Amino acid sequence: MAKIHLNMITQRSIEEGAAMEQGKTNPNYFIACSICEMNPEDMKRGGILKNTNVRVTSECGTVIVKAIEPTQYCPPGLAHIRQGVWANQVVPPRTQSTGTPQYSGFPVTIEPAPEEKLKTALNLVQGAVGLWKGGN
Amino acid sequence: MPKLIKGVGCPYCGSSCDDLEVLISDDETKVLEVHNACIIGTNLFHHANDPTRPKLPRMRQPDGTMKEIPYTEAIDYMAKTMLAAKKPLIYGFGSTNCEGMSAVARIAEKSGAVLDNCATICHGPSFLAIFDNGYPSCTLGEAKNRADVVVFWGCNPMHAHPRHTSRYSIFPRGYFTQKGQMQRTVLSIDPRETDTAKLADIHLMLDQGHDYELFDAFRTVLRGFDIPETVAGIPRDTIKKSVEIMKNARFCMIFFGMGCTHTNGRNHNIDAAISLTRDLNEHTKCSIMAMRGHYNIAGPGQVWAWQFGFPYCIDLSKGTHAHMNPGETSSVDLAMRDEVDCFVNVGADAGAHFPIQPVQHLKKHPFITIDPNFNMASEISDLHIPVRIAGVDEPGVVYRMDNVPIQFKAVLKGLPGVPSDEELFNLVYERMCELTQTKPIWLAAKEDRRYPESEAVI
Repeated sequence: MAKIHLNMITQRSIEEGAAMEQGKTNPNYFIACSICEMNPEDMKRGGILKNTNVRVTSECGTVIVKAIEPTQYCPPGLAHIRQGVWANQVVPPRTQSTGTPQYSGFPVTIEPAPEEKLKTALNLVQGAVGLWKGGN
Repeated sequence: MPKLIKGVGCPYCGSSCDDLEVLISDDETKVLEVHNACIIGTNLFHHANDPTRPKLPRMRQPDGTMKEIPYTEAIDYMAKTMLAAKKPLIYGFGSTNCEGMSAVARIAEKSGAVLDNCATICHGPSFLAIFDNGYPSCTLGEAKNRADVVVFWGCNPMHAHPRHTSRYSIFPRGYFTQKGQMQRTVLSIDPRETDTAKLADIHLMLDQGHDYELFDAFRTVLRGFDIPETVAGIPRDTIKKSVEIMKNARFCMIFFGMGCTHTNGRNHNIDAAISLTRDLNEHTKCSIMAMRGHYNIAGPGQVWAWQFGFPYCIDLSKGTHAHMNPGETSSVDLAMRDEVDCFVNVGADAGAHFPIQPVQHLKKHPFITIDPNFNMASEISDLHIPVRIAGVDEPGVVYRMDNVPIQFKAVLKGLPGVPSDEELFNLVYERMCELTQTKPIWLAAKEDRRYPESEAVI
């Protein structure tokens, strides 16, 4: 399978904000944030079918998200995961000595992973610190 | 009879809308309807009805489960843990009132902690640029009444500040802008065609991460020099046209957001934006404003700058004076270098909104969350202390994104026995004083605030 190299940004969206205020364990938060928006041209290049899962890998982590066509137009070469738990699995903590991590503009590789399952927010965060006991 | 409360402030985004109307049940415990708010504000108020909201602190047990404990025990644990730590980190304050921010400062001083707020991962670089270059800003009222050219640089208010455009920036009719949107020219600079860009008259879809070049090109054109054919993916003519629009404005307003501070360049992007504002003032009136994310994230900047002289990244571990040096005393950097040995997360969610590596580093040490709801940080904490929700069941002063203070109301009765942030921090401070056998120092003006009139705890 082809891997594509894209420039990743992670920013806010109203769906994410509205779902976050219902609680981060709410299914709406999962639906709103576990997605990666990218240009259909890039999807074609990477052999990715829309609404299937992909593996996003950056210099410091990897996460499974669902690839969708952009809700707000993304030019080819740019990918967007909404701010939140899934995005932060791949955001590099380097801060250019300002305290602010590189939330926008870091290189990622994206490859199709249609067989992989999306993880819940709790699974990702608790899993990262060794507290995940399974369940939802 | 349900009661309609008017003039309610919305504790969500930096727009801090204060025109909400909330219909509450006659026993003042449930929100029934929310008028005027955006979907996020509406969800926020309704979330306060959640019957599963925690009413007691929860302590993590050796087997990994959480067990409810009384407040006295939680306060004792927090006081002891923070005193035992060599350098605790207190982070958050995106969603609490100024009273809470002021109260936490006593704990921070007592325990020699680092005090940081959400600006550290948000508009921190803007602060750095403002220190270097000044902040020729104004209030949102001025933007509404005067601005006929509005520039959104790296921000997407349609998503992050949903009512910003209708209350302040694009649509409202002001004193000198009586035709509202018809009279305003809107420019959007964003690598994506966001919903804000769709509203704009001109959308400059720059190459992501090239904001500095584009700001520089704007300044170069403004000073009458020539620029290359394309800069940051934008054709020369479009840049010239945009500069012409800004130059011929009666009042030009530049809003900038995370698109500038989260990407390469950080504070230098903002530095260039402020310089552009200054240059434009040679030709017309121009003002600039940071699109602050939370309803009171300008608050810690105000409160702590007054108390310690710095708005964020305040290292009090020296015991004699406050010291600030982002990159060294900023939360993410401290965590990555394993320089803190206790983490207190207040009214924010470091678990969800920090990159995951700093969270893993912080989790090596005691991890305390103070938040009204369950969130990712509370679910990995050793101790989760619930408090009242500022702006919903706790009143308080908040600073809007333009640094205008607003008194927010409480619409609901707080959950019985659950303290506010301020009350909790005061109790922890008193416990710390007991443990160290020192006398608590209260400001005379604050005497009556030690235990505000509520039946919360003890």
